[in-house]
Amino acid sequence: MERTQARHEALDLDESDLLRMYRAMLLARRVDERSWILNRQGKAAFVISCQGQEAAQVGAAYNMRPGYDYVYPYYRDAAITLFLGQSARDQFLSLLGKKEDPNSGGRQMPGHFSSRKLNIVTASAPVGVQYPQAVGSALAFKMRGEDGVVLVSGGEGSTSQGDWHEAMNFAGLHDLPVIFLVQNNAYAISIPEKLEVAGSIASRAAGYGFPGHAVDGNDVLAVYETAKEAFERARRGEGPTLIEARTYRLTAHSSDDDDRRYREREEIEEWRQKDPILRFEKYLAEVEVLDEEKREEIDAEIKAEVAEASDYAESAPYADPEEVLERVYAEV
Amino acid sequence: MATKTLLQAIHDGLAEEMRADETVMVMGEDVGRAGGVFRVTQGLQEEFGPERALDTPLAESLIAGSAIGLSVNGMRPVAEIQFADFIPPAFDQIVSEAARFYYRSNGAWNVPITIRAPYGVVPGGALYHSQSVEAYFCNTPGLKVVAPTFPADAKGMLKSAIRDPNPVLFFEHKRTYRMIKEEVPDDDYTVPLGEARIHREGTDITVCAYGLVLYTALQVAQRFSEEHGIEVEIVEPRTLYPLDKETILNSARKTGKFLVISEANLTGSVSGEIAAVVAHEAFEWLDAPVMRLGAPDVPAAAFARPMMDFFVPGEERIEAAMLELARY
Repeated sequence: MERTQARHEALDLDESDLLRMYRAMLLARRVDERSWILNRQGKAAFVISCQGQEAAQVGAAYNMRPGYDYVYPYYRDAAITLFLGQSARDQFLSLLGKKEDPNSGGRQMPGHFSSRKLNIVTASAPVGVQYPQAVGSALAFKMRGEDGVVLVSGGEGSTSQGDWHEAMNFAGLHDLPVIFLVQNNAYAISIPEKLEVAGSIASRAAGYGFPGHAVDGNDVLAVYETAKEAFERARRGEGPTLIEARTYRLTAHSSDDDDRRYREREEIEEWRQKDPILRFEKYLAEVEVLDEEKREEIDAEIKAEVAEASDYAESAPYADPEEVLERVYAEV
Repeated sequence: MATKTLLQAIHDGLAEEMRADETVMVMGEDVGRAGGVFRVTQGLQEEFGPERALDTPLAESLIAGSAIGLSVNGMRPVAEIQFADFIPPAFDQIVSEAARFYYRSNGAWNVPITIRAPYGVVPGGALYHSQSVEAYFCNTPGLKVVAPTFPADAKGMLKSAIRDPNPVLFFEHKRTYRMIKEEVPDDDYTVPLGEARIHREGTDITVCAYGLVLYTALQVAQRFSEEHGIEVEIVEPRTLYPLDKETILNSARKTGKFLVISEANLTGSVSGEIAAVVAHEAFEWLDAPVMRLGAPDVPAAAFARPMMDFFVPGEERIEAAMLELARY
């Protein structure tokens, strides 16, 4: 049967690319769901979710060269770090604060990612602090004449911070190879977009002299396409790009938040219909990359991986309590 | 050896480190083309170019934050905060970020940055060009806070700070930039961080001080020796955090009388920590209560000269406190 070129073909993506994207998104979702169960069982003290934002994250990160480009993630970016090479085990070790937690050895809350090997720069909780750091790392690439790119990520809440604007200005001034990925998930905890964002986030880039794009953040191919252009532009030395990926936070802010206080169930239900994973499955079925049998097979594999990882982390040891005293200063 | 001011010594330290290591760079407001408002970075942009002597926007959080980002991608930045009074916007990046990267990543990410900040009362400086803000940062594990007073120490400690794998906050008393001069070695030497210095041996009282008040106390001590036969031992912490407790305690145990002087507001000051250490760990050697002298608990030095002079512990007050302790 004759058919027009599929969207992914136009983007030079083949079936294996699509399945890699899909697996990363689904793995992030299943890890996240399991995390909430561990929380409700009283085993995990705190959960912070990526649910609903997997397409925005994987679509952007798919353009990265892990261990070469730098990424400054924020606390919802599990799909980015899983895609770059962290494992389901890593996520649960962190969730349960175990010694082997690669992010922090049990020191930080889950979602505060770090990997020296993967150039995932250690993240913290104050919102927006990563942006000035990210432009600094981008400047280092530029000074050395290397083609490394820095991906820095945050929610729309972070764009209210001065650090975001200071970093945007600096990136524009020096044409730095940095991509600002703003995942606009419509809420900063309880504060809706209409009470936190004046005008449009994407259009703010124009004021700093570089391109800004608003993109459907629940469409992994759309995010990939926009980010691809941004990464190529950065590697060519042409400067930064702002991507506002418009999406929706499907869970409460965290396991300690009750979102019934500030948003309607109907609104969430509406967005569940637009779930980026369901949407990608639909596309994959249309282009005959994924049928129901294959989908169930992948899901079963991922669920088994998640169960194994969760069990592993549950039985893994904590660090010795005295380790709290160690590694305050690097050795001279 | 040549006689250098504090300002020249710091300049030379920067230039020499930049020559020796191409990852070392300076950055901040007016540090490039203008050479810094105090001229500390004069000539660096001509020699090393506009990127390695980088003029930044007027944005302190960006300066500190981007220095962190540079440092985790192979550079050794020396960021300047033009006046210590303007450091609060960078507080988050210094205290919550730079100081914690290593600990929170369980030793994966260290932050080799130096942040220079001129501090201290200066005529005409008033509330926002005079502050001694060091205490805010001396409650921050992961950060090193240094405040050398003399040119040779400053140059050697600046080199140590730049080569250190941790974030170092480097305070320079701006009123002494051109006031304090001494012979500074020409060779490539370093002075280690974390070590106090005994400037003057004595047997009767110990004075622990840094910055301009140290300079003043040294002059008073010389006079005391000549006029009263009182021998004052003078200890300079040089590094304010973490403290070299051993050197400080050894002196306190030797003289049994201990006075700590700084220009900062007294309550909650670094002097308070030093006094507590001495009171606790040298108690059985003490022949007098541990004394402190500092600025009164009002916001900062005033613009009008008589009010400024009243605020800062000057020679008269330092002499009176030393005499009171000696006679106790």
